[in-house]
Amino acid sequence: MIQETFAIGSSPMHRMDPRLKIVAATVFSVQTAISDNFTTLIIALIFGITMAILARLNFWMVFKRLLIVNGFIFFLWLVLPFTFPGDPLFSLGPMDYTLSGVVLSARITLKTNAILLSLIALTGTSYLATLGYALNQLKLPDKIIYLFLITYRYIFVIEQEYQRLIRAARVRCFEPGTNLHTYRTYAYLIGMLFVRASARAERVYHAMLCRGFAGKFHTLREFTFTKSDLAWAFALGAGLMFMGYLEWVRITLF
Amino acid sequence: MDHLNFSIHAGEKVGLIGPNGSGKSTLLHIVMGLLRPDSGHVEFLGQRPETEKDFRLIRRQVGLVFQNADDQLFSPTVLEDVAFGPLNMGKSPEQAREMSIRILSELNLGGFENRITHKLSGGEKKLVALATVLVMEPKVLFLDEPSTGLDESTREHIIEILNRLDITFVMVSHEYDYLARTTRTIYTLNNGKVEYCCNSEDLHTHYHSHPAGRMPHGHDDNR
Repeated sequence: MIQETFAIGSSPMHRMDPRLKIVAATVFSVQTAISDNFTTLIIALIFGITMAILARLNFWMVFKRLLIVNGFIFFLWLVLPFTFPGDPLFSLGPMDYTLSGVVLSARITLKTNAILLSLIALTGTSYLATLGYALNQLKLPDKIIYLFLITYRYIFVIEQEYQRLIRAARVRCFEPGTNLHTYRTYAYLIGMLFVRASARAERVYHAMLCRGFAGKFHTLREFTFTKSDLAWAFALGAGLMFMGYLEWVRITLF
Repeated sequence: MDHLNFSIHAGEKVGLIGPNGSGKSTLLHIVMGLLRPDSGHVEFLGQRPETEKDFRLIRRQVGLVFQNADDQLFSPTVLEDVAFGPLNMGKSPEQAREMSIRILSELNLGGFENRITHKLSGGEKKLVALATVLVMEPKVLFLDEPSTGLDESTREHIIEILNRLDITFVMVSHEYDYLARTTRTIYTLNNGKVEYCCNSEDLHTHYHSHPAGRMPHGHDDNR
């Protein structure tokens, strides 16, 4: 079962207007991604950590998520300094491990973790459905919202369908192995999943048509922008401007 | 389907019975304009809908409850799903919310508003699916095998709801027993044609399941 573990809670981050969270997370991600100055990046990481702490998320769950991404980052540290031209730190045969490569890897590591933390703390603390409606209020095209919400809803159904097929195979003594029978079975399974998914998609669409769907999504939710949201908007805005300022004047604090 | 002719009038409660693959669901889909027949036409209150736009207007007055509730419920929460129809009909969010809460409590589903649709039980899904259609206050209701796969108490609940409603409806089912308790006239769909079968009172047989098993029990309470 796919779960939205981070969305449950009552921290200030959970209570924040989802529209503000989306805007803040987007601006923060873009700004962090285009910044180069180490001071800015470290501040961005501190920013991300602070928000994750404010969201009162389970430390191990966040750590596990970060670990997955940093697994990929680890390979960058292995490969990038060898392929990047610059002053060698040490050499392995004909290959040089360069300082500029290390600097680049460090930048990528900082950026990735800062962005990931902020996304977990800001967007991860709302249910996907809520985000969909918030995007709707931010005037994103209806079709995108439609795809987003329907994908979200039917991922569960497709997963259930998959579990059902797997069970059906298992009760007939199917044991996966390294043989043609296994590959064929999985191919059938996936094929059947696609067939069922598309058949279901059609039925769902028909059911929606029967209830007067004409391509436009209306929403029941109306978000209220409270005074505390306004305070948060100022705080987040000030933080982002500070980061921008550091990047602009290239101050080095560390 | 072959030169099929089928009509219903206001106030009728009609059952439609037929073997698997006889075209019962296809008939309902044609009536709703989801499928277009190779020949022939649909008529509703003197109008002859042809295009998607025509059918869109008709769907505001004709409801269809699908066989599989999972096809019908797609919103994350029950309230949003029930409000989907009214919102499409141009109701304001407040009105839609009010209508949805009212219909949910009428179906004894009060308090279900914020439940997650995909986590409901099969019976609850079916009842919510019924609510999503009834909230649009249709003049005619089509039900595609509403009793399939439900437990005794949910089946009874649906019978009770349908008997309480003052609405014209057509119910497709395999189960004579179920049709006999909800409808007045029953037709069969055989070899692509709709034929009059019987009045549902004539139909009553004593072929039914006994939830009480071998325990001594009475039949007065309809069990």
